[in-house]
Amino acid sequence: MTAAVEFACVSRHFGPVTAPIKAVDGVDLTIAEGAFFAMLGPSGSGKTTCLRLISGFETPTSGQIRIFGQDVSQTPPHLRNVNTVFQDYALFPHMNVRDNVAYGLMVKGMGRAARYGRADEMLSLVKLDEYGDRKPGQLSGGQRQRVALARALVNEPRVLLLDEPLGALDLKLREAMQDELKALQKRLGITFVFVTHDQHEALSMADSLAVFNDGRIAQIGTPEQIYAQPRTRFVADFVGSSNVLPPAMTAALGGPAKWASLRPESMYLSASGPISGTVTALRYLGSGTRVVLRVGEADVAALVPTGAPVPQIGSASAFAFAPGALHVMEGE
Amino acid sequence: MLSDRPSALLKISAMAGLLFLHLPILLIFLYAFTTEERTYAFPPPGLTTEWFAAAWARPDIWEALSLSLRVAFIATLLAMILGTLVSAAMSRAKFFGREQISLLILLPIALPGVITGISLRSAFGIMDIPFSTLTIILGHATFCIVIVYNNAVARFRRLSGGVMEASADLGANAFQTFWHILLPNLGTALLAGGMLAFALSFDEVIVTTFTAGQQATLPIWMLEELIRPRQRPVTNVVAMVVFGATVLPILLAYYLTRNGSETAGAGK
Repeated sequence: MTAAVEFACVSRHFGPVTAPIKAVDGVDLTIAEGAFFAMLGPSGSGKTTCLRLISGFETPTSGQIRIFGQDVSQTPPHLRNVNTVFQDYALFPHMNVRDNVAYGLMVKGMGRAARYGRADEMLSLVKLDEYGDRKPGQLSGGQRQRVALARALVNEPRVLLLDEPLGALDLKLREAMQDELKALQKRLGITFVFVTHDQHEALSMADSLAVFNDGRIAQIGTPEQIYAQPRTRFVADFVGSSNVLPPAMTAALGGPAKWASLRPESMYLSASGPISGTVTALRYLGSGTRVVLRVGEADVAALVPTGAPVPQIGSASAFAFAPGALHVMEGE
Repeated sequence: MLSDRPSALLKISAMAGLLFLHLPILLIFLYAFTTEERTYAFPPPGLTTEWFAAAWARPDIWEALSLSLRVAFIATLLAMILGTLVSAAMSRAKFFGREQISLLILLPIALPGVITGISLRSAFGIMDIPFSTLTIILGHATFCIVIVYNNAVARFRRLSGGVMEASADLGANAFQTFWHILLPNLGTALLAGGMLAFALSFDEVIVTTFTAGQQATLPIWMLEELIRPRQRPVTNVVAMVVFGATVLPILLAYYLTRNGSETAGAGK
């Protein structure tokens, strides 16, 4: 299978050469064709800069970017066969929805009838058939997002970039759009690369994701790998809300003297359990209760499913964990 | 308690204020039709339209009018090109000293015309540039640029940088982005700025007196004419022309930017 996007030791530094701000620092990355790829990380971790490196709005300070094998490191945005759904949608305010969607075809010189036909097809794809004559200002946030999607897809890009595409939508709409984007990607078979800071979104939508930290990739893998086998403390902490155990504790639990992660949901109340301490906090989450246990110097959280007995704050309690749940991390 | 209807006193003073501001303009129009040519006697002893014919027949008026139009057109054109470029640069780039440069661009309109005039005059003197139509145009362009710049920079600020990137992302080259995205969004602001600049140039007196040499623009011609006692109402006829040439563009510019703000803001 060909790689849709490849980064070979790509860096993007800003500011003075003597003391550069390393937005992206030596990133190696391969995104397979047809993948739904997520770039996950806190703000300022370099994920958006990586997206802009693919779209061409940033050029790498060093390294090489290839799209379907072709070096595009110095290619300007308008000559790349990738399109972007921008975070603030960036619809053209003076054009109606149909002209917005047809814009990419117009600048290529396609005739009016042909491009309006294609634009209407795209609008139908995103379920906005009746909205071609409206101005962007007359649409809701969710509708603008669909227009932005249709506008980016009309050019039939081989890679579609989405910059925090659901960030501005409310929760209900966001969940609906997540399913819809996923279905659309399956149907079109286009490579989707999307940037998000929301770990739930990344885990549920992507079939492969990269976790960014400080301009570098902390880990690449499938959502299952990233969640179950975090490579570093940062990944374990950022993706989900895992317990990060110091080496001494890992050793006490029967592992090697290394950092380890333990998911709260893989622990259960057990009087003879190896993790014992004092209950310091309880948080009811609906599907369960998060119980925080003070164990020596560390806090360890466990998820008690709703219906099971919950210990009192201040009482002594002990937890056991399922065999294999303790994940020893390779990195720091 | 506040009543919805304004008090009689407020109404009367508002009316008085408006009359004080606008009655003199009406008087200028009235005296263009008077039969008395030496003094502005009130009420006019009789009404006539002979001064329009007299003004039409005077070659010095035509000369002044043509100079004024040429100066205003060229100065406005210069200002529209340079003002747009400056505003594009100032709103897109961030560099050291940006705020200071922005202040320097705005300064010509804040400076008293006398200062601008004297400094331009001495600068032309030092550089051995003879006073001509060109020097008047350069003098006018200094403040016309500010007007265009102010209008354009406000529109640039409202236009999010994202739409230019979106255009490039969809395959448009720089020229296509300028033509299809930037110009339609900037157009009314530029037109309004241009019209205001034209009006400002057309009735400018102070800077012109310092940079004109022997030539007379229409306002300068009027000033010179007021000293002479003959054919006074001709001056009033010319004043009506100046009034029309400045007020109409200003009104148009007002309506253009008013509608423009609605369409340009619609995307957000």
